[in-house]
Amino acid sequence: MNITVCLKRTPDTETRIQVAGDGVSIDSAGVKKYIVSPYDEMAVEAALRTREALGSGEVTVLSFGDDAVVEQLRAGLAMGADAGILLRGEVTMDGLATAKVLAAELEGRDDALVLLGVKAADDDQQQVGPMVATLLGRPCVTAVSSFQLEGDKAVCLREVEGGMEKVEVPLPAILTITKGTFDPRFASLKGIMAAKRKPLEQKEAQGAESKLTVRGMALPPARPEGRIVGEGADAVPELVRLLREEAKVL
Amino acid sequence: MSNILAVVEQRDGAIRGVGREVVSAAAEAAAALGGEAHALILGGTTPGDAGSLGEYGAAAVKTACHDSLSQYAPERYARAVTQVVTEGGYGAVFFAATAQGKDLAPRVAALLDAPLAGDVTAVAVEDGALVFTRPVYAGKAFAKVTSEGGVALASLRPNVFAPQSLGGAGSVQEVSVEASDVATSTVVEFQAAGGDLDVAEASIIVSGGRGMKGPENWHLLEAVRDAIGNDVAALGASRAVVDAGWRSHGEQVGQTGKTVSPKLYMAMAISGAIQHLAGMRTSQTIVAVNKDPDAPIFGVADYGVVGDVFEVLPRLAEEIRKLKAGS
Repeated sequence: MNITVCLKRTPDTETRIQVAGDGVSIDSAGVKKYIVSPYDEMAVEAALRTREALGSGEVTVLSFGDDAVVEQLRAGLAMGADAGILLRGEVTMDGLATAKVLAAELEGRDDALVLLGVKAADDDQQQVGPMVATLLGRPCVTAVSSFQLEGDKAVCLREVEGGMEKVEVPLPAILTITKGTFDPRFASLKGIMAAKRKPLEQKEAQGAESKLTVRGMALPPARPEGRIVGEGADAVPELVRLLREEAKVL
Repeated sequence: MSNILAVVEQRDGAIRGVGREVVSAAAEAAAALGGEAHALILGGTTPGDAGSLGEYGAAAVKTACHDSLSQYAPERYARAVTQVVTEGGYGAVFFAATAQGKDLAPRVAALLDAPLAGDVTAVAVEDGALVFTRPVYAGKAFAKVTSEGGVALASLRPNVFAPQSLGGAGSVQEVSVEASDVATSTVVEFQAAGGDLDVAEASIIVSGGRGMKGPENWHLLEAVRDAIGNDVAALGASRAVVDAGWRSHGEQVGQTGKTVSPKLYMAMAISGAIQHLAGMRTSQTIVAVNKDPDAPIFGVADYGVVGDVFEVLPRLAEEIRKLKAGS
């Protein structure tokens, strides 16, 4: 049983974001480090654990982006994936354009499962997984924090408001992974060495036209200067008074 | 300009509160575009309060109710919504950015071949086009986006758009949708967590960090939440707390958690890592309690108390209870 994991290269979550001179994008000069988007890394972990539990099958990591994404695909291979594919092209905030590129590649593959992170740590659109599924006509469960394979279906725990849903989905299926049980493993030195020899195919992406235009990008407005109400429990009555009378939120 | 469709969720036979926010936002945008806002409710049966959406600006409330839709089945719901949008010739569709909305909207977008702006925090009309403001990098920056051609789709962040009661009346119209036998997932069980209210929907969040020292101390935060009222307040958590396994990821605020904009955010023993600040800095009012006067959280807090949460929290619960008893 084969699994493909779609992963995205994003700035590290510690990054201090600055707006670029064009006013519609992020200043990449301020980004010191790029990572595999955290939820995508959890998806890689989920795929590896599934392969290990089954004792067979291949895990492929798939990404869309520029040549630099090779670094993130190698990171996936170092964790233990078997092969990588880079679809070269320009990624935009239009998740549907990304979904079309990924779906065009996934269509010809025989994956029982396609896994993605629930959302990417840069654009936060939270949409590519279910879009890919819809384009391919496959069922999809989003925000999955754990899952088990049972015969020809996957039984998933899905994070919703106020609790978890247990959801069954027939295979082949697409799951988007959220935080829960899939804490990503660290790549071993052996894994990093092995990753250099694993197959990594590169080809041009097909049909990545964006129909979502970014008109502006801005930092959030600075918050007005706050104040220290006091120290310890004695400050509480004044705090509560301010919340009631000044902020009017209690 | 054509009309805007607001997709409204129901739960336990009634409209979910966030639906009124989506209808109000749609009504305001539609008015600026010279069109109408309509609401769409899917499910097994029509909720009793469907007509009340007229008060919030829905010129028509469409209900597509069918046995096959009695439970949320994303693939079936997506086809039903798409059919209503196509037949009604809508120019835009607004969803709530809830668990269901975030699951459903992308599928509708793929079926309509139209881009989707997710988790939108402001809607404007500029030069006759809808402009959506949405957070990126968990709120470290905000992007303004427009859809080029086709239907403009957006999911709206709960708690940001105020429901506006306009006193109108919308007519409830049943629309029929084709039952589809598409492969779909099935919910077999719901496992309830502690509170009913999700952190992303709460208007007041009481959030705990690593300084709470352990999950056994969470009753102190629960007491504050309960004093405020668990119908409006929910518990939140920092990433450190979730990573330590003290609380579930559903409560995590920040990058790799939820980005929230409540009326009041109370950060208890949270130092304020950049990922956390990104996720809560658009809250209307922020309170921070921390032992360390140099904690970064004080840099975004409107009101700070320097002190030990183990002393402050019980007093806070008590004072809020007194306040509520007196009002």
